[in-house]
Amino acid sequence: MSWLLTIPIALPFLTAVAAYLTRERPAAGWISVIGSAALLAASAALMAAVLRDGVVAGQMGAWPAPFGITLVADLLSAVMVVITAITALAVAIYALGDRSIAQERLGYHALFQVLIAGVTGAFLTGDLFNLYVWFEVMLISSFGLLVLGGSKAQLDGGIKYVALNLVSTILFLTGIGLLYGMTGTLNMADLAITLPQVENQGLVTIVAMLFMIAFGMKAAVFPLFFWLPASYHTPAFSVSAVFAGLLTKVGVYALIRMFTLVFTADVGFTHTILLWVAGFTMVTGVLGAAAQQDFRKILSFHIVSQIGYMILGLALLTPLAIVGAVFYLVHHIIVKANLFLVSGVANRLTGSTDLGRIGGLYASAPLLAILFLVPAFSLAGFPPLSGFWAKYVVVKASLDAEAWILAAAALVVGALTIYSMTKIWAEAFWKPHPDGITPRLSAIPARDRAFLIAPIAGLAVLTCIIGLAPEPFVQFAERSAEQLLDPTAYVTTVLGPEALGSVDVARLAVPK
Amino acid sequence: MEQIVALLVGALVAAAVYLMLSRSIVRFLFGLVLISNAANLVIFAAGGLTLGAPPLVPEGADAPPALVANALPQALVLTAIVIGFGLFAFALALVYRAYTALGTTDSDEMRIAEPDERKTKTPQQPADADPPQRTLEAAE
Repeated sequence: MSWLLTIPIALPFLTAVAAYLTRERPAAGWISVIGSAALLAASAALMAAVLRDGVVAGQMGAWPAPFGITLVADLLSAVMVVITAITALAVAIYALGDRSIAQERLGYHALFQVLIAGVTGAFLTGDLFNLYVWFEVMLISSFGLLVLGGSKAQLDGGIKYVALNLVSTILFLTGIGLLYGMTGTLNMADLAITLPQVENQGLVTIVAMLFMIAFGMKAAVFPLFFWLPASYHTPAFSVSAVFAGLLTKVGVYALIRMFTLVFTADVGFTHTILLWVAGFTMVTGVLGAAAQQDFRKILSFHIVSQIGYMILGLALLTPLAIVGAVFYLVHHIIVKANLFLVSGVANRLTGSTDLGRIGGLYASAPLLAILFLVPAFSLAGFPPLSGFWAKYVVVKASLDAEAWILAAAALVVGALTIYSMTKIWAEAFWKPHPDGITPRLSAIPARDRAFLIAPIAGLAVLTCIIGLAPEPFVQFAERSAEQLLDPTAYVTTVLGPEALGSVDVARLAVPK
Repeated sequence: MEQIVALLVGALVAAAVYLMLSRSIVRFLFGLVLISNAANLVIFAAGGLTLGAPPLVPEGADAPPALVANALPQALVLTAIVIGFGLFAFALALVYRAYTALGTTDSDEMRIAEPDERKTKTPQQPADADPPQRTLEAAE
């Protein structure tokens, strides 16, 4: 079974090596596309196995858990790996036509694939220290991708990105050290059993807070998100699309994993903080976006605001809320990556992402306008697109939990999202270009045009499919939420059926 | 023993936070180095300190003697040091590159990615930040 878990991690690394060796030639881009397509196939195989068996676990080097490194995939991990592969494929195709990648020969495709390896590794690992290593793999390659062009804005944004992310890494590491000191284990399933037996539960909560800050910084939640709008609008468009789609979501995934599996002892304290964080994240993100006048800066602030919805789902910790968080996570990756890809084409056609200096896209490039409307309306939560169902479930869950203020905040933030999207629409698409340019898609060479439009259209179709036929996706999210709230299957698959022998199984499940 | 290390960690973190609050990114970087070493010491100390008992199996024996130091925190710290070294090498190169490109190490003056709105309203617009990204197809 373990090959199913290792291939999604090993494949991007192999692709990276091949892409680096051919970095001087155009073949590198194609290798990246083929590698990403193979990753999609591998992740589909993993998903099939997880759907069949529930949880799939593999012990690396045949060291039995909790002594060795465990790779484990439950439904949440599996769907995250699939969605990572879809995003990787879309962005790899887009990169073939993206001229904003200034320094391709410095190894853009190799760094991109290493980034994907780090992301899938983080989703699949069942060991906390291993998670730290995958975070570092992801981080160092994202550093490289961010400043690859070497422009002043990239260096400026890069400094802030690097500085704040390194701080979060160190907090994460400190938390790992203290957790090991208390329990003597770093296997997540084992931690779920041993942590409730720790005498000093106050210390456990303190360590939980360290993890909350560390992952919260990665996930860009209030008040730790300042690195994101400072840097995400500076790199090449393919780079910002993959960052926007995947990186913060790894932080959200880590939060969901840790605060449903490991840190469930003092839900009243930790998850109340998460609840407030969620509310402020939604509101500050959307207000920040309202103040911006740049295509990508608006989208960057909306990442922050949307993260709030996912954290809200996690913080409420009811079955329906977790369903909402999982559904939101999947929907958001597709939509947000797509919007950044659209901003790249808009920049290519009109020469800027500054909304004051561009325009006329609706009249001259109606296809792009339609392809923008789908993810933009989905982001804002228009029925029948995917975002509507995601928001509906989260808002319903917060109403059920009688969190009136947060439900109201979620709805108002949705309305303000429409404001931002209509601002982009009015400025970039509707009004005429201030310089009188008619930015036609046919101005882009046919080869580039196909590579730029195909992934955007593909992701838009995916958004529509999730929106028009949400039932299987919601059912999937329900099953995933069941697994997250009752980690018995997760723990027994990793540690063996006898692991729970002495432990009261009821203590594992999240208190209602 | 643990108390001494704990005090050392406290001193390192205090010094690191002081340095990191500085506007100079070089000082920030030094602070980062200190705090990461503090984190390494936390792992080391939290794993339990054992004086003068290396985790070695004597020749001819199958198991180590009764009391040896825990080898796992040492392995974790070693990994963290190696990763930290790579990250700091990158961060140092980035800071140097930023210094040569932007001409400053004062983070308050680094306002290219996020221009100060009040200042950009004046006619003195900043030079366009990233020319390589502006491929003006339509103007051709």
